[in-house]
Amino acid sequence: MQVSEDVFSKVQAALIDALGVDDDEVTPDATMVGDLGAESIDFLDIVFKLEKSFGIKVATEDLFPKDILTESTYVQDGKVTATGIAELKKRMPWADLSKFEKNPRVQDFGDLLTVSDLCRYVESKIA
Amino acid sequence: MRWFWIDRFIEFVRDTRATSIKNVTFGEEPIDDYLPGHPHYPHSLIIEGMAQTGGLLVSEAEGFQRKTVLAKVSKAIFHDLVVPGDQILLTAVVQDKKPTGAIVEGKVTVNGQLQAELELSFAFLDDRFGGGALFPPEDLLRTLRILKLFDVAVDQNGNRIHAPEHMLEAERQAARGFVLSRAVAQSKPN
Repeated sequence: MQVSEDVFSKVQAALIDALGVDDDEVTPDATMVGDLGAESIDFLDIVFKLEKSFGIKVATEDLFPKDILTESTYVQDGKVTATGIAELKKRMPWADLSKFEKNPRVQDFGDLLTVSDLCRYVESKIA
Repeated sequence: MRWFWIDRFIEFVRDTRATSIKNVTFGEEPIDDYLPGHPHYPHSLIIEGMAQTGGLLVSEAEGFQRKTVLAKVSKAIFHDLVVPGDQILLTAVVQDKKPTGAIVEGKVTVNGQLQAELELSFAFLDDRFGGGALFPPEDLLRTLRILKLFDVAVDQNGNRIHAPEHMLEAERQAARGFVLSRAVAQSKPN
């Protein structure tokens, strides 16, 4: 799924500013945590910059559905169940979950989001 | 008492903005040791002053009961050195506040001239880091009085902010404990 150039460049600017990374590091496929080195506190900063740049409101639960990753209905033996995956897809239609689905370990969820995912999320908010 | 670098508040509007002052003197050890022959206050302590100003600003609305820590210095631009005799004004303005933390923009001026521009992120630590505040409430209350916070603090409607009841109660309990311990000590034979 393509994202608009305007959205990508604004998201890229927010990430460069918040994470101190170079523009060539912020590629569509780069993961926020693994590739760009974002830590939990950085997400507060990123969300603030996105809200300011796009005039949107971002709820933390949108990006990190904590209940799905902790409740026994959705998690068994450290992995998100099929019900959990279905719920994730429902709540995060903008995220590419195909890789995560293959081995849905809860501990890997933190490194799921890519720059493209974030762009699509923003597009869903401004649509 | 916990170490505080700022001297006092001159403005404090709940969850909005706060200004503190710091009088810099040659008698302060870091000034002379940091760069011998060029006495000035290290930039890191300017950041600390803003962290104290902004940290108290974002934690006041919850009665100073949440663990609030400086988590990130997103921006720190310094335009000038602070030297002995300067009075620094540190103004913190809340940019964003969420359940997990807050972002504060800081401006530092000396004699009306911009000395530094800062952006700081604060994290509100959750139960994983233990419940309650970072400091004994009676100790923090004493510090807040020294900083004249309750002399100037108002809410967004301009109503005066008073010391939270839980801090006053902690202070009363500490006072009772002190009196009791003195009485016990005096009743013991020499």
